[in-house]
Parts: sequence; structure tokens; C-alpha cells
Amino acid sequence: MASSENLDSVGYIKHHLQNLQVCKTEEGWVWNECQGAGFWTFNVDSLFFAFLLGAIFCFSFWRVAKNAKIDNPGRWQSMVEMIVEFVDKSVKDTFHGRNPLIAPLALTIFVWVILMNMMDWVPVDLLPWVAEQTNVHVLGNEPHTSYLKFLPTADVNITFSLSIGVFLLILFYSIKVKGIGGFLGELTLHPFSSKNKFVQVLLIPVNLLMETIGLVAKPISLGLRLFGNLYAAELLFILIAILFSTGVGGFIGGFISYMGWAIFHILVIPLQAFIFMMLTIVYLSQAHEDH
Amino acid sequence: MNVNATLIINMIFFAAFVWFCMKFVWPHIMSAIKERQDKIAEGLAASERSQKDLELAQEKAAELLREAKQQSAEIVDSAKKRHAEIVDSAKDDARSEAEKIKNGAMAEIEQEVNRAREQLRSKVATLAVAGAEKVIERNIDEAANNDLFEKLVKEL
Repeated sequence: MASSENLDSVGYIKHHLQNLQVCKTEEGWVWNECQGAGFWTFNVDSLFFAFLLGAIFCFSFWRVAKNAKIDNPGRWQSMVEMIVEFVDKSVKDTFHGRNPLIAPLALTIFVWVILMNMMDWVPVDLLPWVAEQTNVHVLGNEPHTSYLKFLPTADVNITFSLSIGVFLLILFYSIKVKGIGGFLGELTLHPFSSKNKFVQVLLIPVNLLMETIGLVAKPISLGLRLFGNLYAAELLFILIAILFSTGVGGFIGGFISYMGWAIFHILVIPLQAFIFMMLTIVYLSQAHEDH
Repeated sequence: MNVNATLIINMIFFAAFVWFCMKFVWPHIMSAIKERQDKIAEGLAASERSQKDLELAQEKAAELLREAKQQSAEIVDSAKKRHAEIVDSAKDDARSEAEKIKNGAMAEIEQEVNRAREQLRSKVATLAVAGAEKVIERNIDEAANNDLFEKLVKEL
């Protein structure tokens, strides 16, 4: 359990779902007091773990790529090649154009999201405890100021940064492949069209509304799906963790349900990463299709 | 879950990771995989080729073996024939040699008999003369008597 003895359950949950934030206020840069700070707030913990995991991905895959052996691949290389071939196959099955960006993009998303999701398996109190010890004993702060939310994909900023990045690529390739006219035509002349010019003009706002909603729904659904799944997973882990403090029965029950939920996430974690990757490929392939 | 500037920073991270992956990871791994695939394909083709070669060689070996068998059978046949010939000729030789030896022996026997007869004859003649000398005990005309004895001896 969290160290502050008089934290009740709600406080415990809230504490765990609070990011370590730094923001710019009128008094300069401050930690944690960011409730009204607006947009210029940084979730330091999410960024730290997202960057760390992304760097681990890049570094480990880069090492394999640099020392790739043709005759006698080691275990690590075999695993990396398995992942790369899996992504390559997924891309080739769905995306039929020629674009050197799509496959590395899909690989980055897949592995990075898996790694970030895997933080879900770290016991909910382990890293916050380490952070609190550091905060109190090394930095000399009050215990209640130590926040750490170490699951980056349970932070809507992280998932939306990925999905908005994909969205920008969708816009870029739509305009690049179809031209601005073609892209606008796609937005305004479908799905309702008419041979009569006047009716067609009348239909433009309707089409624009529908297509814009469809377009904007892509990044939002992409980002919210990943966020929702992992946020719910993390929340349930926290709720189960509360059980540990409720006596022997609670401890045993908590242990079993914690393990069950963790085992279930062997499915959820790669599945969410795969869905994110697959939808990215599908959306970008749609962006390349000229009607 | 407020949306804040974290999003922008992480988008920069995202772009950097994708760029890195596109530049330094993906091409190298794909080229290694491609190279290995080529190598495996090459190896498979080579093994197929050598399989074919092996089949050909086996066929050739079988043919050579068949030929060798045929040749050896021929050799055995001719050897048998030759053997029979040799045995036959040896038999003939032996027979003629035996004949020759037999003939020689016969001739020698004949000769011996003749010689013995001759000796006997001469001995009988002298014996007869001695006997006659003893019987008559006197000097008679040997020349006149010799004719007589000659006649006697021939009658023997």
C-alpha cells in the first residue's frame, strides 16, 4: 500500500492515477500544482517512460540490425526478425502501394505500444514506492507530493500523440496522392452524389459533415481505444491492490485476481498494440487509394 | 486526463523513433532477411541439382555394373571353353604320348627277343659243334661239317 497511512481507498486510487506534472504558472515552473495551469503542463512520468521504452526499442532493434547475421542468427535476432516479418506481412497484406514509411511506422507503433502496455504488468505500487522513497529521502520533499503514473498508454496524451501523428500522416498522404482538389472532392462529393448540379451543391454540406466526422473519428477512436483499455486495466489493478490490505482473505483473493487479470493481459497487451498498428496501416492505405 | 503539452512532446518522440526505425533498423533487418532467403533458395536449387546429378550417376553406375556383369559372364564362358579345349588337347597329347611310349617299348621288346634268339642260335650252334666234336672226337673237315651245322641251326 501507499505509504501515507491515512490514505483511504479513494485517495489511494486518485493518488495512483495522478501524473507527476510540471507546469508553467505565474510563479514560474512548478511541480504538481497544475490543476488550473492549462495546456502548458507536462506529464513528466508518462514522457519519461514513453521515451525510455521507445529508446529501448530503437536501441535493441538497432543493435540487431547492425550485427545482423545471415547464416547463424541468435535468439534475439530471430525474435526481432520474427516481429519484423510479422509487421511486414501485415503491411503487405493491407497496403498495396509503395511507401517506405508505412512498414517502419507500423513496426515502431507495434513494438513501442507493446512495450508501453507491458508497464501494466509492473506491480502498481512498486515504482511509485521507489519514487516516493527518492522524493522523501533524496530530495527531502513531503510524501504526499510524490506522484508517479508509470503506464504511459493510460495517459490520454500519449495515445493521442500517436493517433494524431497517424492522423497528420493520413492528411499528408491524402493530399499528396489525390491533390488538394481530390481530397476536398472526397470530403464533399461522397457518399451522396447526384447527376443534377443543383442537388449536388445542396448535398455538399451534408457530405462534408459526414466525411469530416468520419475522418476525425479515426484518430479519436484510435487514441481512445488504446487509452480506454489500458486505463481500465490499470484501474482494475489498483482496485485489486486495495484488496491486499483487507486481511488474509482479501490478500488471497487479491493475489488470485491480480494474477488472473495479469494473465488476461497477455492477450490484451499485444492485441491492443496490434489493433493500433493494423488500423494505422488500414487508414494510411485508404489515404493512398484514389477513387 | 487533461490534454496538455505532453502530447506535443510525445509526438516529437514518436516522429524521432519512426525516423530512426526507418533509417537505421528496418532496411538492415529486411536486407538481412532477404539475403538469407536468397541463400536458402540458392541452397535448395543446388540440392535439387545435385539430386538430379546423383540420379544420373546412379543410372550410369547401374549401367556400368550391368556391362561389367555381362563382360565377366563372357569371360567366364570363354574361360570354360578354353578349359575344355585345354583338357581335350591334354588328353590327346597324353594318349599319343602313351601310344608312342607303348610303341617304343614294343619295338624294344621285339629287338630284345630277336637278339636273344640270335644269341641262342649262335650258342646252340657252338653247343652243337662242341657236342658233335665230343661225339665224333676226331678231326673232321670242319668246313664240310659247318654247312651241315648251319642247316641244323636254321632248323632250330
